[in-house]
Amino acid sequence: MFKTFCAIVGRDLTLAFRRQSDVLSTLFFFVIVVSLFPLGIGPEFETLRLIAPGIVWVAALLASMLALEQLFAVDHTDGTLEQMLLTPHPLSLLVIGKVFAHWLVTGLPLVLITPLLGLQYDLPIEALGVLIVSLLLGTPVLSLIGAIGAALTLGLRGGGVLVSLLVLPLTIPVLIFGTGAVEATTSGLGAEGHLSMLAAILLLALFFAPLATALALRISSE
Amino acid sequence: MLEAKNLECTRGDHRLFSDLSLDLSPGEVLHVQGRNGTGKSTLLRTLCGLFTPSKGEVSWNGMAISALREIFHKEVLYIGHKPGIKDDLTALENLRAASLLDGDSVSKEQLWQALEKMGLRGFEDLPSKHLSQGQRRRVALARLLVSKARLWVLDEPFSALDSAAVAVLQTVIGSHIHSDGMVVLTTHQEVTLTQATSKQLRLGTGEEEDV
Repeated sequence: MFKTFCAIVGRDLTLAFRRQSDVLSTLFFFVIVVSLFPLGIGPEFETLRLIAPGIVWVAALLASMLALEQLFAVDHTDGTLEQMLLTPHPLSLLVIGKVFAHWLVTGLPLVLITPLLGLQYDLPIEALGVLIVSLLLGTPVLSLIGAIGAALTLGLRGGGVLVSLLVLPLTIPVLIFGTGAVEATTSGLGAEGHLSMLAAILLLALFFAPLATALALRISSE
Repeated sequence: MLEAKNLECTRGDHRLFSDLSLDLSPGEVLHVQGRNGTGKSTLLRTLCGLFTPSKGEVSWNGMAISALREIFHKEVLYIGHKPGIKDDLTALENLRAASLLDGDSVSKEQLWQALEKMGLRGFEDLPSKHLSQGQRRRVALARLLVSKARLWVLDEPFSALDSAAVAVLQTVIGSHIHSDGMVVLTTHQEVTLTQATSKQLRLGTGEEEDV
């Protein structure tokens, strides 16, 4: 079973490596959106520090929506999705593999670039640390929930917009606890509560989202 | 063995076929024929569980395939209109990825041999986007040579192939049948499968006849 998981992750990472433009466009989108705000607002550190977590999180949300379209669309067009539906392994396992690979190439780079972007907002080190941990816990949730939307809208015209409409409302808890964690740190309350909540959401999503995605994939590919 | 009882499939409001029953035992070929739009591809997708029929059910060794799912998937190999190969992977990588997902442990030599037999020698390391339509088809069909599935469901396997490849494919199907495999296929071409019990199913009229 683990072998299958590795096979699908390996395949998708190879594909992403050969088609770097898809990966880089998500990352650059994130960098540009986050960098536009300090330019628009001006060097008012108080304001910037206040809005930083919200902006980084919203930008991460939008960037992950942007990347979602690619998750199953190519597999659907070239017929590999049909073959995935016919493998002798649980489909949700393959879905976890695909989502994990997807997160590695679209979610993780955002987390890694955030310390650099945080400098523009004059974030204190501990707040920056919490922001990164919250992103690390939260971005996989975005990919997992997004996968359901991507699977449901497979093969529809204008699916990209529809995915965002379907998925963005569902990501509100992640946004609230993600930004809340940073605010709690700056106000001295400590971020443990928010981060535990995020971790709990991640575990829930890890369990239920692949099942829902697998079901949606079977329906969409009929 | 594969069995289907009283199948009815609809696409939107259009009923493709109804009350269709068929069975297939080891060593038999089922040749599905019919004009365009009579539901050949839908029937094939239904037989391997990709499409849910509105009535009736498909069973494998007496059990409904919707209940068996993963166990049945081990036994079935479906090659549809879409070749199921990745443009950015080479022929070899495609074949290896496909057989890993099928749960078959295949050695590198076997992969090379399969590709060579399908006439892809010299093209193994070329990204599939640079291959021609027929060559992509061959990459997809090379899976037949490394798969351990007993039931092959092939949708228009001969399309886009040249006469040499058609001959190879006929031999491959023949030897699969000979070793007690089962094949369901659709094609518009004349196919001669030696030493095989061939059943014909003509969609549009709904009769099954033995030849």
